[in-house]
Amino acid sequence: MRGGKPLVYLDNAASTQKPQAVIDSITRFYTERYSNVHRGVHELSELATGDYEATREKLIPFLNAACREEIIFTHGTTEAINLVAHGLDARFKPGDEVLLSEMEHHSNIVPWQMLCERTGAVLRVAAIDDDGDILLDAFEDLLNKRTRMVVVSHTSNALGTRNPVERIAEMAHAHGALVLLDGAQAAPHEPIDVEALGCDFFVLSGHKMYGPTGVGVLWGRRDELEGLAPLLGGGDMIDTVTFEKTTYRGLPHRLEAGTPGIAGVIGLGAAIDYLNAVGIERIAAHEHELLEYGTDRIRRIPGLRLIGTAKRKAAILSFVVDGIHAHDMGTVLDLNGVAVRAGHHCAQPLMQRYGVVATVRASIAMYNTRADLDCLAEGIVQAIEMFGA
Amino acid sequence: MNELRELYQEMILDHGKRPRNFRTQENTPSAVGHNPLCGDRITVYVRTAGNRIEDVSFQGSGCAISTASASIMTEALRGKTVDDAQALFRRFHALVTAEGDDTEIGKLAVFKGVRAFPMRVKCATLAWHTLRAALDHAEAPVTTE
Repeated sequence: MRGGKPLVYLDNAASTQKPQAVIDSITRFYTERYSNVHRGVHELSELATGDYEATREKLIPFLNAACREEIIFTHGTTEAINLVAHGLDARFKPGDEVLLSEMEHHSNIVPWQMLCERTGAVLRVAAIDDDGDILLDAFEDLLNKRTRMVVVSHTSNALGTRNPVERIAEMAHAHGALVLLDGAQAAPHEPIDVEALGCDFFVLSGHKMYGPTGVGVLWGRRDELEGLAPLLGGGDMIDTVTFEKTTYRGLPHRLEAGTPGIAGVIGLGAAIDYLNAVGIERIAAHEHELLEYGTDRIRRIPGLRLIGTAKRKAAILSFVVDGIHAHDMGTVLDLNGVAVRAGHHCAQPLMQRYGVVATVRASIAMYNTRADLDCLAEGIVQAIEMFGA
Repeated sequence: MNELRELYQEMILDHGKRPRNFRTQENTPSAVGHNPLCGDRITVYVRTAGNRIEDVSFQGSGCAISTASASIMTEALRGKTVDDAQALFRRFHALVTAEGDDTEIGKLAVFKGVRAFPMRVKCATLAWHTLRAALDHAEAPVTTE
């Protein structure tokens, strides 16, 4: 409840609410099966290790990965991207290039800028059009023999654009570049098949797909993961340690130093079960229907401009209203019980591209309804009346 | 919806839409304030004669709360001393963070509703923090001369 009104949660691109099954799985782990993993010889350690590794097994069909060695647990999408960026240092020479799109989240910009600072590589940016689609011809023109890495969001958190990543991966590979897809906004909304996508790395976030915070996943082609230098050294990732020389374990453990976020990984496993039980195709169809309904409801409101009108879109409605700052709109909606994000969505370069400081973003998940979008539209109209825009 | 009206009082809506003293000043000490959380950016210009504030103005973009706060601040400060301004900022800060009441604060009392919205306190205080930075700059040349 908020302001005497029932909650309408439309901030799902920031984070989703948790199904009871996910909460229960974590409670059960801590109350009945808790221990560290990959260590003790006792029963609890065996149970905890089994539960932890079961999530890895679930991710193989969920992503259509080839084997468990390709699934690396991290503390989130950001760490997963940093893990790849750091692991590739040795492959970059001054003048080599990283190509990314104008719509990237800060987490898919900053780690690459840092790589460029360390190695002397250069960041190239592929432009988008006014609808929020990557200009593919211009993108292809930017590819050259110095392009080592192409990093693109599968689905944009700020615009909703579902990028033509299959085509992008093809073009990148034709120039010998590796491809990393930021799948944080993809995994909860459409079936993921890393083979079909054609990428080399795919990263996702647990808490954006109904799982707990503090857990993310890096999928990578086995041979590419083998070539990554570990970001973190420590326990669990070693084979033998002497003060003279340490040898590392094989994948996936080589890239998972230290005690992992065990409960988070187990909760993520429960979230995957939940998504599979509901059916990700059904979720995609439901959300698409709501996107069309919501788009139709709000785009007729005078003075409202949708930011992000790509042909292929996830269920994200990002907008600005003439004369009303996004934060004021966010507060009015909040008091109507409608939770949205107001701000730059960790995509400041994208905001500059559209000439706005901030937008209001309503992002839809499987549990939303048409009535939720009616509340959104009514709240927007109320704000316009109040601010006299 | 009382809470909403409590926050967005008529005076705030009015100053948010039609900010007063919304102008730059040449050769006048100024400071830039930035709220990285929302991207709001404001420049406050403050002209002083000795300890007395002769003119305050601002420019920039922000939400209704931050724009109105800047606008009403510029009106409240004209003719005040620098010490008055610092004291007023302390009382204003206490008001919006619910640590103080609305006595001796004049029309700044319209910002009392902000205390129910902790996420918006930074919007309300951005102009004041920027003013303080501008005053610090203003003092520096005085001491070097």
